[in-house]
Amino acid sequence: MGKYLVMIYDDEAKWAAAGPPAEQANHLRHQEFAAANSAALRGGAQLGESSTATSIRRDGNGGFVVTDGTFAETKEVMGGYYLIEAADLDEALEIAKQVPSPMGGVEVRPIVNGG
Amino acid sequence: MADTVAEAVAKAHEREWAFVLAATARVAADLDLAEDCVQDAYAKALVHWRDQGVPARPGAWLTTVATRRALEQRRHADVVRRKLPLLMPDPVEDSDGVFPDDRLRLVFTCCHPALAQEAQIALTLRLVCGLSSAEIAKAFLVKEATMQARITRAKHKISRSGIPYRIPRPADLPERIDTVLDVVHLVYTAGHTAADGDELARPDLARRGLDLARMVRLLLPDSGEATALLALLLLTQARQAARVDAAGQLVLMEDQDRAVWDRELIAEGLTLVHEALGWPVGRFGLMAAIAAVHAEAERWEDTDWPEILGLYDLLLACWPSPVIALNRVVALSYVDGPQAALRVLRSLADDPALATYPYLASTRAELLRRTGNWTEAVAAYEEALAFTSNAVEAEFLQRRLTRGA
Repeated sequence: MGKYLVMIYDDEAKWAAAGPPAEQANHLRHQEFAAANSAALRGGAQLGESSTATSIRRDGNGGFVVTDGTFAETKEVMGGYYLIEAADLDEALEIAKQVPSPMGGVEVRPIVNGG
Repeated sequence: MADTVAEAVAKAHEREWAFVLAATARVAADLDLAEDCVQDAYAKALVHWRDQGVPARPGAWLTTVATRRALEQRRHADVVRRKLPLLMPDPVEDSDGVFPDDRLRLVFTCCHPALAQEAQIALTLRLVCGLSSAEIAKAFLVKEATMQARITRAKHKISRSGIPYRIPRPADLPERIDTVLDVVHLVYTAGHTAADGDELARPDLARRGLDLARMVRLLLPDSGEATALLALLLLTQARQAARVDAAGQLVLMEDQDRAVWDRELIAEGLTLVHEALGWPVGRFGLMAAIAAVHAEAERWEDTDWPEILGLYDLLLACWPSPVIALNRVVALSYVDGPQAALRVLRSLADDPALATYPYLASTRAELLRRTGNWTEAVAAYEEALAFTSNAVEAEFLQRRLTRGA
């Protein structure tokens, strides 16, 4: 068994255009997903929108540079995640395919060191 | 005697490598360890077979030696805890000393969709065909260090991300089989017409592609597309000797000496096409059917172009690709004439996927030449020349230009 992080990447502009009813519908779908996969789920959460993100980089002189915004500028930003446990990558992908991500997709990464 | 043993080992390498490695990987639970153990077994064979004679079943001998070493290594190093997830229930031999055939697991692991396609190809050639990184690098004209890094990265992803060593669930099987067949097809086509270099083909790579297609068909007897792919490769390979003349110059199918076509390969290919048509027909089934129509024509003039055009229409519907669309245009030119074909070709020219595809310009050039529009044909031949990296193809285009209309 290994643990995997399923990161949800969505286009926030599409969510803004779709409006609150679409978000509510999506919440329901996440609840359904969580109920159907409770045996594999080890955690998960929705993140605040990318405009609330703060990035910190090392400045190379022992200090930090703190900036407003996400670490990488991309159209799809990470909006939430699930931590899951699966026998292998195939099983993890099978679960990840069920994660609602109507405005984008998901990225699956193994947790190192047995998590 | 020494030569006989070396020959037996070389033959066992070619025929049994995949089987031995696949069985050992199950025990080793790690591809690197499995490879080391199998290489060691082949080295031992060179010595032991000289003393004891070549065993009746070389594959079983090699598998026994390699798996035994893998088990020892695991006990010593506790590799399992550190590395992982290829792990399978321990094997292996039944009471008659027969090992289960794990080659399909190995093939599906090498061709896992979570790996980039070039990594799938490299891993398949390395682990299933037993080629060295140097040989694979040479076949694809990249530096050995580059190929070595590609293979290392792929193996690392397999072990770190937990790509399993097993046959996919039935629900995933059709998609996963497609990925495998794509890899085999690409290995063959890379050998059939080299993308660059001084020679038209890389015969060794084409032969590996054929061997892989044979093996995959054997391992997936219920896949019509696996049968169709083998048929396609056999029918394509049958024309290989006629594609280049004595001076090493490219010969179009139109001008090929059909007496040179390999009748044995054609007979086998045609039998398999008919067999494949018993299943729902897919992409490779249609491509094989097209190759079969060509193979069955005794002369170029006998080619059943309406039949080929119909097959291209079906192919385009199930596999919409600009390259297929371009091939369809050629068939169309022999049914409705080069003018009609040129009109359709114009609509394809905007496809960005074909923008630097040398065969787009060379097809346009051939069609223009056939309509007698030599001025525009020259420009098209020159454009095709600018895009091709294969010396034999470039020489052909140059010849067309100098010979004139």
